[in-house]
This record gives sequence, structure tokens and C-alpha cells, in this order.
Amino acid sequence: MANYSVELDSTFHALADPTRRAVIQRLCRGPATVSELAEPFDMALPSFMKHVGVLEGTGLIRSKKSGRIRTCTLEHKNLAAAERWFGEQRAIWKNRYQNLDSLLEKLNRVDHEN
Amino acid sequence: MKTELKFDFLVDKEKNSITVKREFAARRQLVWDCHTKRELLDRWFAPKPLTTKTKHMEFRNGGYWHYAMVTPDGQAFWNRLDYQTINPIDGYLALDGFCDEGGIINPDLPRARWDVSFADVLEWTLVTTIVFYNSPEDVQKAIDMGLKDGLASTLERLDELLNVIGAPVESA
Repeated sequence: MANYSVELDSTFHALADPTRRAVIQRLCRGPATVSELAEPFDMALPSFMKHVGVLEGTGLIRSKKSGRIRTCTLEHKNLAAAERWFGEQRAIWKNRYQNLDSLLEKLNRVDHEN
Repeated sequence: MKTELKFDFLVDKEKNSITVKREFAARRQLVWDCHTKRELLDRWFAPKPLTTKTKHMEFRNGGYWHYAMVTPDGQAFWNRLDYQTINPIDGYLALDGFCDEGGIINPDLPRARWDVSFADVLEWTLVTTIVFYNSPEDVQKAIDMGLKDGLASTLERLDELLNVIGAPVESA
């Protein structure tokens, strides 16, 4: 459990940045090389590599070097962990508002009877 | 004759915010009362199977709502919502927080700002709630809290419920 929350911790920080989110989105479609990933961004390669480093550090992606080419792959399992909390928040609001629907229905009925 | 009520849940990871929009089949004054009166809040605010128990409610600028969400086996999760600005019946700003039974806020945990607004949509009411955290680090702490305090296991049952309904998780 402790490991899990640490993982989730840094995951959220990693996803707070638009460049890193774009990289994740691209990798959802399949593995890509660092130069392919960097291409849409107007950014020096060392800066871009820092983003790749953050993502790799949180376990959201992993990369493998073959000769001069580094290829990145998404770790789907870890991404799902980050989304779980948002799923829970959504469930709370959905459920709570269904309660409110029932309450409003009751109150409306009392209103009409009076 | 049941019409689908609008429900949007959006996560903005850049702004550290969650926006919840929901329509209700009731007039605005009634929806407002349900959000601002303790005896009505106690009847809906906690997600099932939890129930809401209000210990203190003073709905005015500078006042606060101190309440617990209680599990069927009696475990209570205490929260506090401090009201900063109230504009009846258009909206209010508040600061949430994790606290103890005495209402003392836990200073180690983040507080999020709630911007809740109410608008007429024909005879119905649209409620928009935006929950802002100060930083990605604060969101992380809130996530940690959710996992540690045991609420997560209760919420897993909600997840299961949601899967049964078949609702997708939307976040962007």
C-alpha cells in the first residue's frame, strides 16, 4: 500500500505538465523514439530529455536504448493508478447527486401537496 | 417520464481543479436550500452507503459547516467547510478541510477552495462546483489521504457500482 501511494504521488506531479501529458498521449498509440516524441515541441533536446526523465522516474514510461536510438513505451498499469483517484472523486459526486435527486423529488411533492 | 440530467465531471491537471456540473429537476431556491441548510444536507451529501451527520452549521460569511460522513459500521470521516463569500441564491465560495471530531483542521493536509454556483435552466437548476487545489503537490496529498484513511475501500465499492452502471471515467 505504501509503495502504491508513493507511485501515485509522483504520477500526479508528472501529469501536471502539458508537455509530459502530450508525450503520454502520444505513447498511448504505441512506442516511439525520443526524437519522434520531441518533434512537435519547440524545445531543446536536453530540456525535452528532462521531461522524459521525470516520466521515467515515476514509472509512467520506460525507455530502452539501441545504438543511438532511444525508444519509449507507456506503462499502462501505472497510468491507470493515477486515474483511479479521479474515478473515485467522480463516483462520489455522481452518487451524492443521485441522493439529491431523490430528496428534491420528495420536497417537490410536499410543495405540490400544500 | 424520466429525462436524463446533465452530469459533467472534468479534471484540469494544469489548474489543479475538478469541475462538476449537474442539472437538477427543481427550482433554484429549493436546490440552494438543499446545499445550505443542515437538516437538508444531512439527507444527501454523503455518497451511499455512508450517511451525513452535521455537528455545526452556520451558513454566513466566516461561518462553517462541520460534518461527518459515517460508514454503516460507524466509522466517521470528519470534514469542515468554511464559508468565505455567500451570494444567495447565486453561489458561494468556501474552503474545505480534513478535521477531527472537535472541528480542529489538520494543518498537514491541503485545503481546497470550492466555487459553487447556481443558475436557472428553464424551470430547472444547473449547479457548477469547481474544486481548486493550490498546487499539484496538494492534489497528491489529497490522494494520499484518500488512500490512507480507509475511505478508499468504501469508494472501491462505489467504483464497482459505477462499473455496473457502465459509466466511463472522463478526465482530461
